[in-house]
Amino acid sequence: MGMTITEKILAKSAGRNRVEPGENVWLNVDVLMTHDVCGPPTIAIWKREFGKDAKIWDKSKLVIFPDHYIFTKNPHANRNVEILRQFANEYEIQNYYDVGTERYKGVCHVALAEEGYNVPGTVLFGTDSHTCTSGAFGMFSTGVGNTDAAFILGTGKIWEKIPQSLKFTFEGELPNYLTAKDLILRILGDITTDGATYSAMEFNGSTISSLSMDERMTLTNMAIEAGGMNGIIQADKVTEDYLRERIDKDYEIFSSDPDANYKAKYSYDTSKLEPFVAKPHSPDNLDTVANVQGTKLTKCYIGSCTGGKLSDFIAAGKIIFGNKVKVPTFVVPASTAVRKQLDEETISGISLTRIFENAECVIAESSCAACLGGPMDTIGRAVDGEVIISTTNRNFPGRMGSKKAAVYLASPLTVGASAITGVITDPREFI
Amino acid sequence: MEKIIKGKVFVLGDNIDTDQIIPAEHLVYSLSDPEESKKYGHFALSGVPLSKAGLPEGGIPFIKPGSNENYLSDFSIVLAGSNFGCGSSREHAPFALQVAGVKAVIADSYARIFYRNCVDGGFLIPYEAPFKINEKIKTGDELEIDLEKDSLRNLTTGLNYNLRSLGDILPIIEAGNIFEYARKTGMIV
Repeated sequence: MGMTITEKILAKSAGRNRVEPGENVWLNVDVLMTHDVCGPPTIAIWKREFGKDAKIWDKSKLVIFPDHYIFTKNPHANRNVEILRQFANEYEIQNYYDVGTERYKGVCHVALAEEGYNVPGTVLFGTDSHTCTSGAFGMFSTGVGNTDAAFILGTGKIWEKIPQSLKFTFEGELPNYLTAKDLILRILGDITTDGATYSAMEFNGSTISSLSMDERMTLTNMAIEAGGMNGIIQADKVTEDYLRERIDKDYEIFSSDPDANYKAKYSYDTSKLEPFVAKPHSPDNLDTVANVQGTKLTKCYIGSCTGGKLSDFIAAGKIIFGNKVKVPTFVVPASTAVRKQLDEETISGISLTRIFENAECVIAESSCAACLGGPMDTIGRAVDGEVIISTTNRNFPGRMGSKKAAVYLASPLTVGASAITGVITDPREFI
Repeated sequence: MEKIIKGKVFVLGDNIDTDQIIPAEHLVYSLSDPEESKKYGHFALSGVPLSKAGLPEGGIPFIKPGSNENYLSDFSIVLAGSNFGCGSSREHAPFALQVAGVKAVIADSYARIFYRNCVDGGFLIPYEAPFKINEKIKTGDELEIDLEKDSLRNLTTGLNYNLRSLGDILPIIEAGNIFEYARKTGMIV
């Protein structure tokens, strides 16, 4: 029996020739990532358990991105960033990207890719559920809590149960009215929010091969919304082209064997799919945009690790181009690099920044912002009674702020179309 | 490790995500400062819409309203449906329940990270029920969990139920947390 890509990478990390789903193994971790919400408690546990002489297993493998609660007056949130700053100073952490400096990056999952920490065949853990995003690079990546992160910080090791794998194959050209967000929303509707619990979600097929790294990251990013342990896409030429500009080291590309064992396989004819939304209050509450067309909105939101990448703004920008938004619309670039790209990337000679400014969108500074509500002064935060359409990842009650707000999740094309009409709108009306 | 856990139960539905267990706006408080960390108990389960809190009737707050100082719940066992703890990786979620006085959760199933956090951090015992137990028991019922027999007794109704064995994670629960387990097995000193 062959092995899946996930099994092969985990076997290598465990120092084994092969592993079987269900086995508990100790893994050697290549990168540990943390941020301002979970970093301080992780550091506190590490000090508590390893004492005042606590040592970091390998400083070069620790990466810290403050990104969650950055542009806030909340003193406790600011204290958390200060704890990270002091820790980075005291332990001389090179891979610390401080707020208020040129090194500040923004949302960790996008920054991990941009800064070259995502390397095929490696194993990355992070104190954030969307750490599964990095799997778009043919690597194993997943989220853990503070205690597990503190354990890794001191030992470089972590126990994991080898997951069973689910395979999602998309064949055919992606129509210009769809994005990767529509594909993953469809999967969530099909398998529900616990359909992949403790499982690996592997994506392949000609549609996936045609996607940019940005779009692949949208798929793997939302694996956690199905409970997935990791999402993964085999590295190929698209991946290698992206990496060539960022890293200068050898890596190993793994692929699933033809006779690998899957818990289930799902196949889609991409040309037959439609623009989708996840209705309130769950990412698996699938419907077509057409069925909810006309729903009145109070706000549109384009941002986060899921929907705040350059490809998302290009998609939204090409629909918003030349129009004014009908409801407050927030443009929150995931990273400072994406923010810069909005100035550089043009449609018909006009920069994305100008397109969004002319449309009277609010362009905010890079951070997680209102994707997860956050402190009361967070830009774009949902208030009571709002109806929002968003390119983000979760719409459980209260996720974006008020638990009395209703959030629809959709692609950047659908959010762009809805922004210029003020009601939920199928992007095909403008394409 | 306690062998018997006894207390009043708070019943919830399916897909209670970590934003409902502890809303993100509260994640700014220290988890290691004993006084400040009581905030987590105070806000535990405050993100659950009130109509869905304390089933089957609903409308029951997990923490009695009134005082900003109150951080202990009357309920020390939480019972839920499928996919409990889905969503974010925040360890603040099982921690908040622990600070509020919860000893064990019983659910049909758990999200992976929440489940790991419960066990590796030594916050709560996450039992799985082999059936939709949250439809059989009412908020306020007095329950008794026997950890040696993996069984549950509803002292209010006199009915008994079997729970799924804790399996591979039992040694970590018995040790206290992942660090104590690693010391016991010689992985770390």
